[in-house]
Amino acid sequence: MSLLEILIITFIKIIFILTVMLLTVSYAVYFERKISAWAQNRLGPNRVGWQGILQPFADVFKLLLKEDIVPERANKYVHAIAPMIALFVAFTTYAVIPIGPNINLFGYEIQLVVADINMGILYVLALTSLGVYAITFAGWSSGSKYSLLGGIRSSAQMISYEISMGFSIGGVLLLAESLRPIDIVNSQAGWMWNAIIQPIGFITFVVSAFAETNRLPFDLPEAEPELVGGFHTEYSSMKFAAFFLAEYANMIIASALIVTLYLGGWHVPFIETLSLPSWLMIIIQIGAFFFKMGALLFFFIWVRWSIPRFRYDQLMDLGWKVMFPLSLINIVWVAVLIMIFKI
Amino acid sequence: MSQVNNSLKKRKKDLTFWQKIYIPEIIKGLSLTMKNMLRPKFTMEYPEEKFIPPASYRGRPVLVMEPSGDERCVACGLCSRVCPALAIEVQAAETDREKERYPEKFEINMLRCIFCGLCEEVCPEEAIVMSKDYELAFTNRDDAIYGKDKLLIPVEQLQDRIEFLRKYK
Repeated sequence: MSLLEILIITFIKIIFILTVMLLTVSYAVYFERKISAWAQNRLGPNRVGWQGILQPFADVFKLLLKEDIVPERANKYVHAIAPMIALFVAFTTYAVIPIGPNINLFGYEIQLVVADINMGILYVLALTSLGVYAITFAGWSSGSKYSLLGGIRSSAQMISYEISMGFSIGGVLLLAESLRPIDIVNSQAGWMWNAIIQPIGFITFVVSAFAETNRLPFDLPEAEPELVGGFHTEYSSMKFAAFFLAEYANMIIASALIVTLYLGGWHVPFIETLSLPSWLMIIIQIGAFFFKMGALLFFFIWVRWSIPRFRYDQLMDLGWKVMFPLSLINIVWVAVLIMIFKI
Repeated sequence: MSQVNNSLKKRKKDLTFWQKIYIPEIIKGLSLTMKNMLRPKFTMEYPEEKFIPPASYRGRPVLVMEPSGDERCVACGLCSRVCPALAIEVQAAETDREKERYPEKFEINMLRCIFCGLCEEVCPEEAIVMSKDYELAFTNRDDAIYGKDKLLIPVEQLQDRIEFLRKYK
């Protein structure tokens, strides 16, 4: 394939991924409101369009027309950059996650990833570390004590849980022997997904994902009763919308990562026995990826409205004294399994 | 000595082993929320479904209109005197019917009315009752002074309130 063909194909993939991400983010907000309403025995938004489907557009429209307030003692430039970093990190992480197997379209062999980097997982970890900066900048530059406290707490929380996240990924890498996401998915072919082989690592990774995205039960940095809004207290209008969207985009990234690393990516167990035509199999596998991602998003939202929030010291205790040793034990467990079964 | 004893005694608020590892508690919480998601909802979707209050509800005061089209009110002025918010204004006049008095002007200022129901209690003719109407919205102050045209309601629509009054008051 010549350079021009590669460029055009990548451009089409970028447009597709961006559109899907933006739509999914806005509909994640809609589904969060609906599901949280059902969990509380009430109906969610159901006035704007059939069953409230057009609600995200109404929300975005409202946020566009709001006044953009910047506090007097705030550092204007840092205050404006922080939401940009948050959104940037959230959207660029999705470039390395594969949504399906290789397909053959019009004679070209296309991989369903925007960028097939051979150290994809390291790229993702690096970007999540950059995401901490967004919250730190927001907390510091707002010039108010609630924001500062929220920003500091959030940065400390995210840094602590990155460690157990990294070590859980270490367990996956021992089995897959590669940092490339496509290789990791292919090492889970069939029904022996990583969630079954290394359940402890699965649990520590999921808990760390909750903590990284600042989602309940780990959302003390932005808790309303405690901190009025934490690091995004002093933001309004489109900058607040950027943080809001970045939080949901992070949630989607976390779900996509969990599916890729632990739930077998796009694999559907025993689909070969049905011997379907190959195009149908590819469509089913892509659908399976999105179904698993959707199920995890539902799980994220479900947990938010069921579990009480952790106090800050309980949160740090959990990160350092429970999750970190558990992820180390997980690595030992995987190493023992490899020794015994010589996988 | 006493400190050692206190830390070894099992207190009621200490968590059991299963509660400490927290995963079973999470599962219990999640199943409770899931049960709630699958239950039917009781939300009444206003304005398609409106709440019809029971007979004892004190909505806005209305004048009872007989089938012949006349009001029952004889303009005695008792409701106007007893109203704590001074919302009612009555002007009596003479007529050739069996009851010689009738209100030429009967106005209730809905911005002053406090929906207490004292006018209904004191009326000797059962001529003014509290209806079930609770949807009142005005755009200017003059619209809020209800005259006889907005206050007269046929007696069939007010039967359950009249029955409630006779039984309980």
